[in-house]
Amino acid sequence: MSEAILRMRGISKSFPGVKALADVNLEVLRGEIHAICGENGAGKSTLMKVLSGVYPYGDYEGEITFDGEPCRFGGIRDSEHRGIVIIHQELALASNLSIAENIFLGNEQATRGFIDWNKTNAAADVLLRRVGLRENPVTQVLDLGVGKQQLVEIAKALSKEVRLLILDEPTAALNDEDSAHLLDLLRGLRDEGITCVIISHKLNEVLAIADTVTILRDGRTISSTPVSDLTEDKIISGMVGRDLDHRYPPHESTVGEEIFRIEDWTVHSPTQHGRLLVDRANLSLRRGEIVGLAGLMGAGRTELAMSVFGRAYGANISGRIFKDGQEIRLRSVQEAIKHGIAYATEDRKRYGLNLIEDIKRNISAAALGRLSRRGWVDDNEEYRVADGYRTSMNIKAPSVSSITGKLSGGNQQKVVLSKWIFTDPDVLILDEPTRGIDVGAKYEIYTIINSLADQGKAVLVISSELPELLGICDRIYTLSAGRITGEVPRAEATQEGLMTLMTAGQEAGK
Amino acid sequence: MSLAPTNADLAVDASAEAPTPSAGRGRFSINLRQSGIYIAFALIVVLFTFLTGGDLLAPQNISNIIVQNSYILILAIGMILVIIAGHIDLSVGSVVAACGAISGVLMVNHHMAWPLALVITLVFGAVIGAWQGYWVAYFGIPAFIVTLAGMLLFRAITLMILGNQGIGPFPDAVRTLSNGFTDGYFGNIGLGTYLGGADLFSLLIGVIAVAGLIVTQWRSRAGRARYGQAVDPIWLFVTKIAVFTILIMFVVVQLARFRNLPWVLVLLAGLVLGYSLLANRSVFGRQIYAVGGNLQAATLSGVKVKSIIFWIFVNMGVLSALAGIIFAGRLNQAGPTAGNQFELDAIAAAFIGGAAVQGGVGKVVGAITGGLIMGVINNGMSLIGAPSERVMLVKGIVLLAAVAFDVWTKRRAGASR
Repeated sequence: MSEAILRMRGISKSFPGVKALADVNLEVLRGEIHAICGENGAGKSTLMKVLSGVYPYGDYEGEITFDGEPCRFGGIRDSEHRGIVIIHQELALASNLSIAENIFLGNEQATRGFIDWNKTNAAADVLLRRVGLRENPVTQVLDLGVGKQQLVEIAKALSKEVRLLILDEPTAALNDEDSAHLLDLLRGLRDEGITCVIISHKLNEVLAIADTVTILRDGRTISSTPVSDLTEDKIISGMVGRDLDHRYPPHESTVGEEIFRIEDWTVHSPTQHGRLLVDRANLSLRRGEIVGLAGLMGAGRTELAMSVFGRAYGANISGRIFKDGQEIRLRSVQEAIKHGIAYATEDRKRYGLNLIEDIKRNISAAALGRLSRRGWVDDNEEYRVADGYRTSMNIKAPSVSSITGKLSGGNQQKVVLSKWIFTDPDVLILDEPTRGIDVGAKYEIYTIINSLADQGKAVLVISSELPELLGICDRIYTLSAGRITGEVPRAEATQEGLMTLMTAGQEAGK
Repeated sequence: MSLAPTNADLAVDASAEAPTPSAGRGRFSINLRQSGIYIAFALIVVLFTFLTGGDLLAPQNISNIIVQNSYILILAIGMILVIIAGHIDLSVGSVVAACGAISGVLMVNHHMAWPLALVITLVFGAVIGAWQGYWVAYFGIPAFIVTLAGMLLFRAITLMILGNQGIGPFPDAVRTLSNGFTDGYFGNIGLGTYLGGADLFSLLIGVIAVAGLIVTQWRSRAGRARYGQAVDPIWLFVTKIAVFTILIMFVVVQLARFRNLPWVLVLLAGLVLGYSLLANRSVFGRQIYAVGGNLQAATLSGVKVKSIIFWIFVNMGVLSALAGIIFAGRLNQAGPTAGNQFELDAIAAAFIGGAAVQGGVGKVVGAITGGLIMGVINNGMSLIGAPSERVMLVKGIVLLAAVAFDVWTKRRAGASR
């Protein structure tokens, strides 16, 4: 058990404007379960993508040694060939194919060029028994729940003679029973000699199953420790421990009366029947106040925000919304905008911008009515407005006729914010407003958020970066597994305290 | 019908230099993707002018090109909006036939007054569009499937109405709209021995159009300048205006020398102007681009996506009905096979004219130019006596090349990001 099966030395990987990994070291012992912990954006997934060849050799710096041999993977096929299999958080199954077909996808059990279905299904049956899934191999995958699909993924990995199994947030979408079964299975695989690397936010699970825990923060290795020396608190302080120097502009909020409140807000999943995404959430915002909403990935932050924003997401939504003390109903995005609510998405490229269109038409997109008379748009006025935002928001582009797809992330984010500010909202919900943008642009975004609050607007900032919330918010709600688990004023908030609240109730559903 | 005894029997080629300045215009334009189509059009016109010994630009032939392609151009206007929104309509050919049949039944069999019959037919087209728009927008079936079904459905309806024979003849007014020319209200004017006589009314319309163009362009330029926006330098502005003036006046003079302005050209000019304004300046038009550019972003910006898509199909239905009437009037008969494969020509016109396969991009003028490119290829090749399979071959290659060019420029733009 003492010899290392995998060594990653000095791994560095940069994206334009961001250094995702800086000199990371990882050493995994043969036959252990090795957990990697870190905040969102700490570099966990990037590291695993380097390992599995998603980022091919030459795309990163550093060396990888697997089983004593150096590895230079050109793609996923190379790493799978060596027995390294990664199971992503978003499962990669073809839902309209059978279990057996999925297990042997790309590895078809053929005799003389024709698929041998008896062989396929028999082999699949053996694998299914190994992972403890009692299903007929010809069952379509779409008829299975997420937990069982996860097991199919593992069976698929086993069919490839896996030696190192990597699981990215395997239990994030599972209920307690399925999670427990999965963890038992991983222990069983360990006993069979399969090494596992598991990425997880659920620290109780990590402590229960892992042999060694490596903590990443800001793209660096913080520590790699046997689990016996760790507690949840120690892991949390390792994950968040950094100081807040001068990355946030100073700001004193002038908080007024309540402007927006939701009560008993409940949202169900539109795809998985009966799954609760948001569970009786209560939340209130006041004029001039910047409020944070902290939660780990999958906690239901975006689902909460988008369901409030004119039911843009979710099914079976119930609960009440109050604006200025009056109950309002927001049945569509149009109504939400009309009532002065704005929602800037976390995924600006997919949901926020028309990337093939220019800046001015993006800025005007949500409030064309303000620029038009009897259905006709005043082009010149549109230009003037957009150019005004270009100046005031410091959007770096030659002119407002530049195509948004060619701007940097920070400038794109400013276009999105301009679009929503131009709708003249009272309440702005900003979902991960600084995701994927560089430090300088972040500071500018924070300044914009402060000035919005100074204008008497209420701002709800959703972020998975705790220092950011601590740096700019007056009050922070924590969301865990769809429930509001805490409400903490800035003065009393600490990263450790928030992290505890953010992971609260995940094990038992409290 | 036009009675004007017009003129100019000399089919002289005073012409070949006309398109060349338009080619020069591309040099100053930054956006190759947008101006490429106009350059290509100019080159194709020059090529066929050369190959046909100038016959392509003869007065009667210009008139023919316009009249023969009018219904495709009308369809292309509707189709470009559908494609910008990210959809497709395969049924327009059948809708043309069905609407032609309805108008035939009303005008010919029931002797209904033609304006009333026209309105009823347009409403019928709108109902067909609403039917398809409902399935696409509100029910969520891909437009490809809905309109493929529509292609069969409306052809079947046509056959049920007509049986296996055509209905005709159509009232004079309808035939004049499709085939006829404006009257020579002010008589003829001599343009010298070289050009011969020409219709004064047509020339005046041309002059008014040019004057209108200059005034609106100048006012728009002044407005933009007042708001501190970048405008073309004055020499470029003047050059562009001059090129357009020469082009318009060349076409108008040629038409005036033949038999005045075709009514259908007047109609087309109105449609192009109206729909260009709609696409560029109206809230509705802007939202079509937003929907096609990024459906999710448009939805989250409060655009009523479903209603936009619905009305685009209604509009397509109305324009198909109009094209159906014009086509029937042109043949003087509503036939069961009318409109066959029109959808392909209309779709090809839109894509040759610079529409993007993914939606969000395209211009009404581009689609018209695309349609004219195909029209000129058709016409020019038949003038030089090319067999029809060769015409098809060339049109197929042009369509593929146009879209390949679009994909290539996009990839290049993507790589430089």
